[in-house]
Amino acid sequence: MLAYTLKRLLAGVITVWFIATATFIAMHQVPGDPLMNDKAVSAEIRKNLEQKYGLDKPVVEQYFIFLGNMLEGDFGISFTQQNRRVNDIIRDHFPVSATLGILAVFFAASGGILWGALTAIYRNRTPDIVIMFLVILGISVPSFVFAALGQLLLVNINSLLGQSVIPVAGWGTISHMLMPSLVLGLGTMALLTRLMRSSMLEIVNEDYIKTARAKGLSPMRIFFRHQLRNAILPVITVLGPQIAAITTGGFVVELVFAIPGLGRYFVQAVQQLDYTVIMGTTVFYGAFLVLMVIIVDVLYGFVDPRVRLQ
Amino acid sequence: MTDVTPTAEDFSPATSSISVEQISRPSLSYWQDAWIRLKKNTRAIISLYIVLSLAFFTLLGPIFWNVDPSLQDLNQISQAPSLPKTAVLVGQYQRWSGIVLEDFPAEPADYPDSVDAVTDLRPFELATTQQVRLVWNPVVGAAGYNIYRNQRLPENFNDLGLPLGSTYGGNEVSYEDRLSLESRPYYYAVVPTDGLDEYEVYTVIEVTPSMIITLAEASDRQLIKDANVAQTGTALKLEFHPFGTDYLGRDMLARLMQGARVSLFIGIVAPFIYVIMGIVYGGFAGYFGGTIDSLLMRFADFVVALPFLLFMILFKIAFGIGPGESGIFPMLIALVLLLWPATARLVRGQVLQIREQGYIEAARLLGAKPHYLILRHIIPNTMGVILVTLTFAVPAAIFTEAFLSFIGMGVAPPTPSWGSMCNEGVKTMLSHPHELIFPAVFISITVLAFNLLGDGLTEALDSRMRSRE
Repeated sequence: MLAYTLKRLLAGVITVWFIATATFIAMHQVPGDPLMNDKAVSAEIRKNLEQKYGLDKPVVEQYFIFLGNMLEGDFGISFTQQNRRVNDIIRDHFPVSATLGILAVFFAASGGILWGALTAIYRNRTPDIVIMFLVILGISVPSFVFAALGQLLLVNINSLLGQSVIPVAGWGTISHMLMPSLVLGLGTMALLTRLMRSSMLEIVNEDYIKTARAKGLSPMRIFFRHQLRNAILPVITVLGPQIAAITTGGFVVELVFAIPGLGRYFVQAVQQLDYTVIMGTTVFYGAFLVLMVIIVDVLYGFVDPRVRLQ
Repeated sequence: MTDVTPTAEDFSPATSSISVEQISRPSLSYWQDAWIRLKKNTRAIISLYIVLSLAFFTLLGPIFWNVDPSLQDLNQISQAPSLPKTAVLVGQYQRWSGIVLEDFPAEPADYPDSVDAVTDLRPFELATTQQVRLVWNPVVGAAGYNIYRNQRLPENFNDLGLPLGSTYGGNEVSYEDRLSLESRPYYYAVVPTDGLDEYEVYTVIEVTPSMIITLAEASDRQLIKDANVAQTGTALKLEFHPFGTDYLGRDMLARLMQGARVSLFIGIVAPFIYVIMGIVYGGFAGYFGGTIDSLLMRFADFVVALPFLLFMILFKIAFGIGPGESGIFPMLIALVLLLWPATARLVRGQVLQIREQGYIEAARLLGAKPHYLILRHIIPNTMGVILVTLTFAVPAAIFTEAFLSFIGMGVAPPTPSWGSMCNEGVKTMLSHPHELIFPAVFISITVLAFNLLGDGLTEALDSRMRSRE
């Protein structure tokens, strides 16, 4: 297990290097440079600025300087936000995005497992049909529509109660977080419900369920100990990639609910070609996602003994 | 021993009397069988019809609905969906000096504590969307009147609505309202005043202005050919916006059609290209195996690990969006570059599986060359899985396009796409919900149809299902 983890971590490091390189190349493909945003500056000032940021060096040299700094954990200084270090931007705003993402994953996973199990129990009866209809809706409606509708709902709740019970936008308290994370997790919840349902239905016909039933175990025990535990496995497998989808998918929700997350800084940085912020956020996100997938895979090994043997 | 002399008859073919087992049903190919099973799936067939009508809407729609989607009409901003409207053609607006009674005092002799409400409040001439002219009978003791307009019947004195203006003088008994009138019921209220303060009595009438259009405006909007020939008083058909207009007065239906072209173009072409790329890449890796396979697949793993949305945005900008470009092609390239590995992995897995099948061995023993094997045996057998992937890839690509356009990183204005229309619509969600609802519904229905079709295809093409029937 340890060897497996180490191997995965090493592959992860190489992946992060690949992400960094791809970002660097793509970023330098964009026409223009970060200094072009400012008002027209004289050639001399421009030269000084280029020197300050190291833009006067050849691109290959810039690449190695950047890699070296990255190894030391330093992403440099932002071009557009004066004297603000990229590390500070990430430290200030990533926790917001991460909290939102983690809450959304929590909603999605718990909701998906619960609804999925329910639909499997009530197969082809009213609860199943109703939930599966909602699931199809959840898969087909874009997240920004949910975000807008969620806000509308909050406005109506607040005006009905006559006071601002749940804030419609912004960030800070738990009540700020509920609606955005619910909206963000909705699509994934629908996906996981579908997955959970099919995996529950597949397991009902397994021999070990029949054996358990033949042994005379109580239906509750069969359901919780045998069916549910095994049915959750495929859900955990897709959770890794889904965490990735949710954390970056937070952009829209952050935009609609005016949440000061990292997504907004990334979009802004790309528009202004803020090299260091683009590199910093992308590499950081990439590393975070790679780590998440590794953690989920390793956890999977603990949950499912069959994986550990391989 | 008897001599047998063989005759020519002995060498003629014998007639066989063994009955061959009859095949009772006609033999079906894989695809025919899949089609029969798909037809049994009502949801999938309905989805197929939806997809076909979307194609019809996109490709032939502009022929039947020949309206310029980029034509701005600032007279008709954010109009709600409606039936066709007609308007009466009128000449230019004529000034109205109002009615001032000469036999009535402008200022009352004394100011009483209370006065009666005005009587006989009525529209003067026909009320039109150009102007509503009101007259009423004077009230003894009033030194002026305040005029209010409400969009619903006032409940009490404090609910008279928008204060339009005042007249100063008890004998000034008319008012002209020209404030952005629409063809809908208004409730006008007149309150007598003592010159400063109001007496708490009011009179209400309901007025519904009729739709009119001036000659100048009609010729501006090209509703009439020649302003000199046209007759005032004739009814004129106004521009028809069945889905309403957007915040710049552009026709929503025409924009939805053009937006469908963008969204569906990206949604169908991008998956098509990257699925083909994935087939070639994955097929190559899977067929040759060994070192080539592991190297190719390791590279695919790296691409999968790129944070998707960040790189979509980065690539889209990197592939350039110059002035006047719509940004559709950069988005297409970005989608293809980022999404091919998923298909490559899938095809590789399939090829690895099929490669070991008996019929491939048999074909190889019979001397089939690799390219023949790949083209004739391996690729056709992966087609089912690939078709299903393609069906599910379309909604994913449409979602991505909508998502990027929504955060303002997608197609550049003025090119509409369903996503960018949602982005514009969400800003006026409360006052003009139709601007968000229509594009959102189109996205949802399209994604829904492709998802259900994909589900149906998965079931129909799954060879395991065959034995169950």
